[in-house]
Amino acid sequence: MTRRVYFDHSATTPVHPEVVEEMCRFLKDNFGNPTSLHYFGQKARKAVEEAREKVAAAIGANPAEIVFTSGGTEADNMAIHGVAYTNRNRGNHIITSAVEHHAVLNTVKALGKQGFTVTILPVDQYGMVSVEDVAAAITDKTILITIMHANNEVGTIMPIAEIGRLARERGILFHTDAVQSFGKIPVNVDELNVDLLTISGHKIYGPKGIGALYIRKGTRWRQTLFHGGAQERLRRAGTENTPGIIGLGKAAELAMANMEQEAAYLTRLRDRLIREVTEKISHVRLTGHPTKRLPNHASFCFEFIEGESMLLSLDLQGIAASSGSACTSGSLEPSHVLLAMGIPHEVAHGSIRITLGRDNTEEDIDYFLEVMPPIVERLRAMSPLDQETEFALSDRCNGCRVSHTCRV
Amino acid sequence: MYSEKVMDHFTNPRNVGEIPDADGVGQVGNPVCGDIMKIYIKVKDNIIEDIKFKTFGCGAAIATSSMVTELVKGKTLEEAMQVSNKQVAEALGGLPPQKMHCSNLAADALHAAIQDYLSKKNG
Repeated sequence: MTRRVYFDHSATTPVHPEVVEEMCRFLKDNFGNPTSLHYFGQKARKAVEEAREKVAAAIGANPAEIVFTSGGTEADNMAIHGVAYTNRNRGNHIITSAVEHHAVLNTVKALGKQGFTVTILPVDQYGMVSVEDVAAAITDKTILITIMHANNEVGTIMPIAEIGRLARERGILFHTDAVQSFGKIPVNVDELNVDLLTISGHKIYGPKGIGALYIRKGTRWRQTLFHGGAQERLRRAGTENTPGIIGLGKAAELAMANMEQEAAYLTRLRDRLIREVTEKISHVRLTGHPTKRLPNHASFCFEFIEGESMLLSLDLQGIAASSGSACTSGSLEPSHVLLAMGIPHEVAHGSIRITLGRDNTEEDIDYFLEVMPPIVERLRAMSPLDQETEFALSDRCNGCRVSHTCRV
Repeated sequence: MYSEKVMDHFTNPRNVGEIPDADGVGQVGNPVCGDIMKIYIKVKDNIIEDIKFKTFGCGAAIATSSMVTELVKGKTLEEAMQVSNKQVAEALGGLPPQKMHCSNLAADALHAAIQDYLSKKNG
């Protein structure tokens, strides 16, 4: 039987057994609707509020500042739309970065079509946004800055606390998408100086279809997406996803209890993986910041070959990873993150993202290091590209930094 | 996502390599799209006597390159010119819709190789 190794934890994590157990109780016996006044409903309400306390505690917030959503995408949309429309009388300018998740990038672009002005900041070669660029982009019309805490494709951790301080000094609301960082590195809303923050359940060994938006008390924000009942203090209509919320609460509690130990363990595995991949295989580029990166995140571009071919070959050997190549995104363009970092198209097509999790072992790393070099060798033997042709192709956008303000 | 035949050609591609003294060479695709296919042919008495390919691309790109070489080896140039990208995809048991546009360029690379041969011969 083929050995199975899961290296795609930034896409989703397996659900923790204790989370499953907790959720099962609310799928089987405690099925009440939390808005119902009777015994069944009130039992569910109590569990929802306990989960809210756990999520709030995990990010240093007050439980009343937590709104449960259907996931990270909804939380990002709620945050950005809510701030934009509530503060429209104060200005119409939004600042974001070129490497945001599509849940943010496409949301601000959609607002750009509705009369808002959007500045999309460049990043450096490591995928990092500069605080100076943020400062320079601010105008008297700026109402929102939204920059992710850690990048999902390359793992780079952004200077969120500094950007938050700047935003606060200028009286501008600041949102961060912390979907990838939450549970892996400390995420504290006061230390990060954020007004709004997004988290998701399935990236921290919780269930899919549940997330949360932190909204600091007093923030000029109102619900603009959902119209319906009075759930979540009128901030998110719709019957609460009770098992999901309970699962998120439990996952957040477990993540906090295990974070330090897990981060140390995963950093050790990650560093070995990065070191040995770059030693054993030629023409490999580590993508993302060399040190300011998530503990579980190793991402590379293998020159002269294409990502999906590598993924298929790895999958045939039982290894699950991901890629930012066009063929895995369903579009013709490779990852917008890698392109924004100045990586040429043909190199960006050869990206592989390895994201480790709590169940990965040294043996998994051994296995990858055994399997990957022959895969690369085989695909390179088939490729018409080599060092010479690549230089000819990439003699145009290496290291470029593009900044633009657009009204789309 | 891929048919068994696609996976077969991806894992065991036929006719991979270069022909150093090729009579015709065709290259299509571009790095932006992520697929570059290069086909080499050796022609004798108007028949494709040998054919090899090199491909930078996804699983579908490699499989279509491999399949087109199998389809035309031993065929006349006129017959080979009739082979279309659609036929290559059908011979592989179909490709996912999003793969039809960019990764199925193998017949174009073949046609370019034949054109190269003809232009050298006539020119």
